[in-house]
Amino acid sequence: MKETLLEVNNLVTEFRTKEGPVQAVRDVTFSVRKGETLCIVGESGCGKSITSLSVIGLLPENGRIANGEVRYKGEAIHNLSAEKKRLMRGSEISMIFQEPMTALNPVLTVGYQLREPLMIHHGMSKQQATTRGIELLNQVGIPYPEKRMNQYPHELSGGMRQRVMIAIALAGDPGLLIADEPTTALDVTIQAQILDLINELKDRLDMGVMFITHDMGVVAEVADRVMVMYAGQKIEEGPVEEIFDRPKHPYTRGLLGSVPNVDDPTFELHPIPGTLPSLTEQIQGCRFHPRCLFAMDRCRQQVPPEDDLGNGHYVSCWLTREEAVSDGVGTNDEGTATRSEDAPLKVAQR
Amino acid sequence: MHNVKKYFPIKGGLLKRVQGHVKAVESVSFELMEGESLGVVGESGCGKSTLGRTILGLEEITDGQVYYRDQEIQNLKRHEKKKFVKEMQMIFQDPYASLNPRQRVGDALVEVFSMHTNLSAKEKRDAVVDLLKEVGLKEEHFDRYPHEFSGGQRQRIGIARAIALNPSFIICDEAVSALDVSVQAQVLKLLKTIQEKYNLSYLFISHDLGVVRYFCDRVLVMYLGNSVELAKVEELFETPLHPYTQALLSAIPRPSVHANVKRVRLQGDLPNPANPPSGCPFHTRCPIAQDVCVQSKPEWQEYQPEHFAACHFAGKSILEGADV
Repeated sequence: MKETLLEVNNLVTEFRTKEGPVQAVRDVTFSVRKGETLCIVGESGCGKSITSLSVIGLLPENGRIANGEVRYKGEAIHNLSAEKKRLMRGSEISMIFQEPMTALNPVLTVGYQLREPLMIHHGMSKQQATTRGIELLNQVGIPYPEKRMNQYPHELSGGMRQRVMIAIALAGDPGLLIADEPTTALDVTIQAQILDLINELKDRLDMGVMFITHDMGVVAEVADRVMVMYAGQKIEEGPVEEIFDRPKHPYTRGLLGSVPNVDDPTFELHPIPGTLPSLTEQIQGCRFHPRCLFAMDRCRQQVPPEDDLGNGHYVSCWLTREEAVSDGVGTNDEGTATRSEDAPLKVAQR
Repeated sequence: MHNVKKYFPIKGGLLKRVQGHVKAVESVSFELMEGESLGVVGESGCGKSTLGRTILGLEEITDGQVYYRDQEIQNLKRHEKKKFVKEMQMIFQDPYASLNPRQRVGDALVEVFSMHTNLSAKEKRDAVVDLLKEVGLKEEHFDRYPHEFSGGQRQRIGIARAIALNPSFIICDEAVSALDVSVQAQVLKLLKTIQEKYNLSYLFISHDLGVVRYFCDRVLVMYLGNSVELAKVEELFETPLHPYTQALLSAIPRPSVHANVKRVRLQGDLPNPANPPSGCPFHTRCPIAQDVCVQSKPEWQEYQPEHFAACHFAGKSILEGADV
């Protein structure tokens, strides 16, 4: 097993608002190893982006890490000074965003924006930075890199811009790459190209990747491990095979049941009822229970603890506990039932 | 719909003279049956939204004809158009942008009835409350403003407005694309339910092939303003004839760790629609393109019953001769 790159322990991120403090991330713990992709999945407002911004230290002004710690290569980085955080960004941890047009500066050439991190983090001369910049553009599969160096972002297509973003992110030889919905704004054929590129770079450069997405299809494509978030909390985590084949949490099952399957003509949708709660909403017990088809009295009163199901699979749900007790065996042996048959069946029985 | 073309002029220079045209929709023909859902898929800039807008008359047609129940409708006068407006409705991608933020949603819906019917105020209110319930909202939502609703609820309001006048045909332009998956699934279910209830036809414009497979009966694939393939949904997904359709299908990320699909990656980007490639518009990215594809544009042909495609090598697998 490769060494741990990033460790996040009991992270709580809070925002000051007019209505008082709001917790966007609630007690989240996870880690990313070298050469591994961790996907953080969830719907809008689940705290996945705020988690990544907390890691890289780019929280908006009214946000702060209220509790917990972020460790990179064993060292705490959540309490560094702004200056030290700035030096760490780009050289140790880099980030790419959903919309490359808003992340790139429209009035500077691609070459300028690519040279900048090289000159800052590696102390290169302009000449050296240009040579390295061209190499980087080559590495991310951009044709005619010499020509691109002198072009402006608006002259490039969406896919090309995202490649430039990746090249800039790679400029400081980061150990960890955070990708926040990097392909959501792209067409499928272009998305496929970018996902391939990220996978290939991860292997070649032995990077850790934290990949944030809402698309289960993308998860299956890039993830080694998956963390599912709901309303600021981690509700399930495990290796990608476990999450897709043996999803335990009703929300994870619901997510999988909400995505139409392209290869299955008989696929039936099983939507999750209701809507996402707002962050300010006070919910007693499990935060998913108002939308959960299997909610029991216990779910309405007590917060479910995290259970270790073995195999690196963790889930926070009272239901798995109940199942384990009623079966009299470990939860691992059960649970092969697929989500599409499983979910409606249980509803019918109730 | 017959050979419909839509060109947007490109104006420029000192005197704003027309310098060329963006061929947004190039000779697209299809028919839509009663109670049917026709999916229109393609990447951004392929002309699928423009196609929807031309049908409704929101864009003027450059050439070709649009027939609705055998009547030509593209060149109607304003007052003649009004009765077709009742028949055809549209649901947009961003429901927030299509609602007036300073108008209560109830009032916005009442307006629809004021324009097209002679109901009394009381009757209008009742009709709107019925509509809200129909789309899964409640009576108390009548007096709320758009910002008080979530994305999914706003889309429900958009749907309520579209079905208010009992249309027979609704164009959904990326109607579920902006929604979270759990909400998207709910809205798709709702659209299906009202389709069955009112025997509606949908023209379902989307870039999400998974949603299209779930939702539609037939699918039209577009590339750079051209229709490249049209078939029943099962046939299109099982035996795609056009290389572009094949590539599109193989590019979708599957939500499963076992999907054992042979991947073909298209290289490059969409060409500029103002300056489309010669011959077949897809030849610049096509892994099986030959000289003939550069020189002549392939005909739109029926290869199987009700399965049309425009390709010199229709049916040939792109796995041959591609770097897989």
